Amino acid sequence: MNWLASVDPLYAHGTTGVVILIAVIKLVVGFASIMGAVTLMIWFERKAISKMQSRIGPQRWGPFGLLQTLADGIKLFFKEDLIPAEADRFVFKLAPYLSLVPALITFSIVPVGGTLHIAGHAVQLQIANPPMGILVMLAMSGISVYGVMLAGWASGSKYPLISSVRASAQMISYEAALGMTIVTIILATGSLSTHDIVTSQAHGVWHWNLIRLGIVPFVVFLIAITAELNRPPFDVVEAETELVGGFNTEYSSIRFALFYLAEFMNTITMSAILVTLFFGGPAGYVPPVPHFAWVFPIIWFLGKTVAFAFAYIWFRAALPRFRYDQLMDLGWKRLIPLSLGWMLIVAGFLVNRWWGISMIVTVVIGWFVLTRAYALGADRTTGAESVLPEVGRRPTPSRLYRQRTSKGEK
Amino acid sequence: MPRVLNFFGGFNLTLRHIARPAVTVSYPQAKRPKQPRQHGRHVLNRYEDGMEKCIGCELCAGVCPADCIYVRGLDNPPDHPVSPGERYGYVYEINYLRCIHCDLCVEACPTQAITESKMFEFSFTNRSDAIYTKKELVVDDAGFPQRLPWEDWREGEAAMTGGWMRATSPAGDARYEGEIQWTADLGAGLRAAEGGQSENRNDEATGSKLLRRAFAKHILPEDMPLDMVGLRGKINELKAKRPSKKKVVKK
Repeated sequence: MNWLASVDPLYAHGTTGVVILIAVIKLVVGFASIMGAVTLMIWFERKAISKMQSRIGPQRWGPFGLLQTLADGIKLFFKEDLIPAEADRFVFKLAPYLSLVPALITFSIVPVGGTLHIAGHAVQLQIANPPMGILVMLAMSGISVYGVMLAGWASGSKYPLISSVRASAQMISYEAALGMTIVTIILATGSLSTHDIVTSQAHGVWHWNLIRLGIVPFVVFLIAITAELNRPPFDVVEAETELVGGFNTEYSSIRFALFYLAEFMNTITMSAILVTLFFGGPAGYVPPVPHFAWVFPIIWFLGKTVAFAFAYIWFRAALPRFRYDQLMDLGWKRLIPLSLGWMLIVAGFLVNRWWGISMIVTVVIGWFVLTRAYALGADRTTGAESVLPEVGRRPTPSRLYRQRTSKGEK
Repeated sequence: MPRVLNFFGGFNLTLRHIARPAVTVSYPQAKRPKQPRQHGRHVLNRYEDGMEKCIGCELCAGVCPADCIYVRGLDNPPDHPVSPGERYGYVYEINYLRCIHCDLCVEACPTQAITESKMFEFSFTNRSDAIYTKKELVVDDAGFPQRLPWEDWREGEAAMTGGWMRATSPAGDARYEGEIQWTADLGAGLRAAEGGQSENRNDEATGSKLLRRAFAKHILPEDMPLDMVGLRGKINELKAKRPSKKKVVKK
């Protein structure tokens, strides 16, 4: 019991019935709100992007088309569920859950508000506060790669397979940059727990990781998380022009709906994680209102999250899709060295000033070396040309050989 | 703007578009005004005395690239002729599953018997219903296109639905400005000349005023109708929103 109390102050007075009830209520409310938020997010995305494209968007179901997602969900639920003949049936059925469940679990570590006091129990407004904290998010994003990869593989179809190969390569390469920026934050905070990360940023805007760590980790994180979500402009996984529908081409009915749900749930969750890591989560001005002061952190959190959800939609409306090699270039040649270098600099300054300055020097030298290496590598020939000489310089058959063959033909 | 910031031009553009009105129209509730030369459902015209213009020459069927017209001519019965010529269109059928509304039949017709209205609501549940016969195509006694029950006729649509202009007509030629190049319709009469290169155009008469009004938020400033520009435009807008009491009394 002592161990539990060290994790969450809710269990400080032992695990009584009230405590379990509070935990269950937290779980149910969290689940219901994320589900509601997903339906709203899908509506918001469709409405906002149609506004940006001078269209109307969903408008038929409910006020402003708010119930459109529900109608779509009901429609998908009652459609025929097809499984291709070539499919690996078990994996095919498993894959949607492998991408949905990680999205749900990731949200559980996000602190939504401050700490409430109900019946003498301190209740943190987050579903779980595990000591490994933000590592849960990394682990879950690792698992959601399996969801996409297995979906493409188990479909027994070519386009989904190509898409899933792309997806796994993309998600794994951007995970490196993602992990490196998270390490930077962990170094600055000194704790893995999301609750501690948020409380360390609570003392005003200047303590937010966005400013405290310099803007660079935030920019790297934003780009990497967009790629991790397979959202535009990094949606080569679902490039309709090349791959029909992407990894979920063969999916239909409720399984397709689950993928769709997982995608948008991930968008919300990652916005929330971004807010938690860089924008102080629920931190913000709380007016001195008796009894209702706990509402304001939640409003701050929601406002920041919605702002980033809108940013993702904005990306989708404004940016064209990356080519696959550009995507890999950006990931491996730019973001990973950048996040690694910045992590070294931050770590150096955390020790003392001289370490920091020496790290800056190291990073600058490393940057020059890398740039030189890229410049050298850019000239080399790749692909078929590196093996075969150019057309004009290829060895042609000798005169004797040509005479023989032409005679033989005649 | 520095070149580096050009990257954010797309973001700026998409954000500004949020404030702009939607181009899309919720069709069954609202209907966008049609282009003055829109190609829609055909009509078979008649003369003032009720005679049909079609002489059954089958030129339209010959020129049709989609092979959708079927005509059979027949000698006019001497005691009650259908057309003023020697023969008349005994059978006239257009298959709207094939028609591409290119208006080549209208160009080919020597008597301007076949023209196109602007109606685009085709509704059929089987293939044979897609073939419109003379029953549907011939204009009514007043010379207007028949109001087929499945078509969506609204106020003001009958007036501007007729009249056609040869695609080969030199409408862009400045010399032709002010010259009427529409054909006269039995029902709607003669429409005003289209505007040419100069700014002088009568949008009200040519029926493109509503269209310009609908697209006002999206067209270039120089293409705005004069009564919508500046202070006069503001006043007209207010007038349109609040009909004066005199009009109400008149009704």
